[in-house]
Amino acid sequence: MTTVQDLPQVKGVKNIPLEEQFTSGHRTCQGCESALVMRLMIKAAGPRTIVLGSTGCMYVANTTYYSTPWVVPWMHTQLGSSGSAATGTAAGLSSLMRKGKMHQEPINVIAFCGDGGGADMGLSAISAALQHDEYNLLILMYDNESYANTDIQVSGSSPWGANSTFSPPGKVHRIMNKRWKKNTAPMLATGHPDVRYVATACGSYGLDFTNKIRRALTIGGPTFIHSIDPCPKGWDYDPKFSHELGMLAVETGLWVQYEIIDGEVILNGPSRAIARGIRKRKPITDYLTRQGRFAHMNEEDHKFFQERVDESWEKWWIPGIIPFSPKEQ
Amino acid sequence: MTTVETQLFQTETEDLISGSEAIAIACALADVDVITAYPIRPYDTVMQYVSKLKADGVFDCDFIVAESEHSQFEIVKHASAVGARTFSGSSGVGWFYAFEAITVTAGLRMPVVAMVGNRALDDPGAFGTEHNDALAVRDLGWMLYWVATAQEALDTALLAWRVAEDPNVLLPMAISCDGSFLTHSQAIVKVPASEQVRKYLPPYDRGKLQLHPDNPITVAPQVNEDWLMEIRRQSDEAMKRSVGVIQEAYQEFKEEFGRGDPSPFIEQYMAEDADIILVGMGTLALPVKVAIRRLREQGTKVGFVRVKFFRPFATEELRQALGHSKAVCVIDRDYSYGSPSFGGVLFHEMKSALYSLETRPLMLNFIAGLGGREVRVRDVNQIVEFGQQAMATGKIEQETTWIGVRE
Repeated sequence: MTTVQDLPQVKGVKNIPLEEQFTSGHRTCQGCESALVMRLMIKAAGPRTIVLGSTGCMYVANTTYYSTPWVVPWMHTQLGSSGSAATGTAAGLSSLMRKGKMHQEPINVIAFCGDGGGADMGLSAISAALQHDEYNLLILMYDNESYANTDIQVSGSSPWGANSTFSPPGKVHRIMNKRWKKNTAPMLATGHPDVRYVATACGSYGLDFTNKIRRALTIGGPTFIHSIDPCPKGWDYDPKFSHELGMLAVETGLWVQYEIIDGEVILNGPSRAIARGIRKRKPITDYLTRQGRFAHMNEEDHKFFQERVDESWEKWWIPGIIPFSPKEQ
Repeated sequence: MTTVETQLFQTETEDLISGSEAIAIACALADVDVITAYPIRPYDTVMQYVSKLKADGVFDCDFIVAESEHSQFEIVKHASAVGARTFSGSSGVGWFYAFEAITVTAGLRMPVVAMVGNRALDDPGAFGTEHNDALAVRDLGWMLYWVATAQEALDTALLAWRVAEDPNVLLPMAISCDGSFLTHSQAIVKVPASEQVRKYLPPYDRGKLQLHPDNPITVAPQVNEDWLMEIRRQSDEAMKRSVGVIQEAYQEFKEEFGRGDPSPFIEQYMAEDADIILVGMGTLALPVKVAIRRLREQGTKVGFVRVKFFRPFATEELRQALGHSKAVCVIDRDYSYGSPSFGGVLFHEMKSALYSLETRPLMLNFIAGLGGREVRVRDVNQIVEFGQQAMATGKIEQETTWIGVRE
């Protein structure tokens, strides 16, 4: 295994690096939380990094010929290929350095994908990438809960009942998306026990986000981070509320912030406070009523949604993370 | 597995090896950096040999067993972007599973070298050879070659990295090997010494296109209607330039290793004075040559032209090789449903290549050997008879004929 860069944990928001590695030139929407995720991600990783971006908003809206926002080397990869892109890049660097064909140096390799590219199409390639302990790489899945680049179509990571162009409420069927959101990060963590770092993250918590990226890049081997990214276009709200919605997702207990480091689960921020009973979960209605994508839902739907969230905190083996539990004796 | 691993390629040797093993050895000789495998018959024998060479410490490479063909080709594409020499391969529907990755590899100008162990496209299930799998890349910017012997497989692989990685080309290349007939059949092969190969094959240098923190470029941003035509045109020019690069690389290969045909693009067999010329690709050359030799003994003026490079297509050389003949019988181990002549892919390419000749030979198409069915000497004789009949009457009764099919 090649060595990793010295990227210490950042103590205090004032110590986040000032240098920008993702700058002007992109065309993302006002209030786009995923663009912030890109900016925080590469700020934390620094200039000696190669970024691979799979098809999605953060490719199409971000990277236009002659006006790239990427200061670091960046390359497109196919929709389902974030895992393969990271593996191929890391393998190429590793082989060339080992054989003396390239100067020895730890280079960060980060591949990002959206929820469509990660939780749906690219799942098997991510799984394969997470089996290669010999390569240092990070796969970041920025989850705006729909195929947001192609007109907002429902994905396997969209919330139950959300209005999308493939799941519009109609005269007969009010709820078209009957799938519950995939539990992607725990699925990958439990399925790949040798992976040393899996985390969830949210751009509303910038310092936490920065340190998660750094931990993923310095722990060694393949790592995975799943971030929840409010999307004004797909979720249908005023762009100024992006941060607030990210926080609401956490405060209602719908999204759980945690890290799985070398086999240990550590809840972060409000999620930890909720788990310890220091803080009460806000009702899910506070979250649902702020977004147009849930506007067609009635009280019964809200109740169902709340029950599912309650269940994940009260009945799951590890609240919000592991949905099954050992049979009570 | 033969004993080549103990010899370490210090000197040139002669070994009894299969076509797949020949290409695996070429990978070691070329010091390939990243190789990706996924199992599908019959190509995967090459990866079995590669993994053994690595396990025995003869060959240092990153050998990655991917979870699908799509990932196989994505991984080598990205390894190629950072400057690694790469090899991958597949067969039949596996090749098709990788197709998205295969097309972007050419679009991105990544000099990946791949082996296609030609296999019929399922369903219904069939392991035998058929050329439709590899032919599907013909419009994508891949160079595409059909080998006929294990020796040619090894030699072509070395040529492939040399041409593909040339800064004037930077296009991927697929080496097509007939399933079973070539992938699994052994023959005596001259295996060159590593030193000879090092002299012939310079290291892969991607230059200003290398993805590295010292060269922070953005690869494959959105271009849309603003720039795509210009980029397509650049790839077209690269493919045109490949013709000269292939000629030069082949000439040097012959000088360094002391073997090869007069042309890198086609092989001519008793064709100079032939009235009837058969045209085909791959291992069917063997029964065709045997039949021709026998027919020549009986005084029939028949010859054979084997198309080696399908892309770039050797239009001018084929015109010169075939222009004097009276009938051209194209044998296709593939088929194109609903095509202009309801015939094979090679036939349509040949017709197109010869159309502008002032005097055109009569052109007939034969569909043979599909799904790995053997093309026998008597099948070749039958094809020649059709050619003779057309030549005698001066007209074509039936353009496309299926040979050896139960009606």
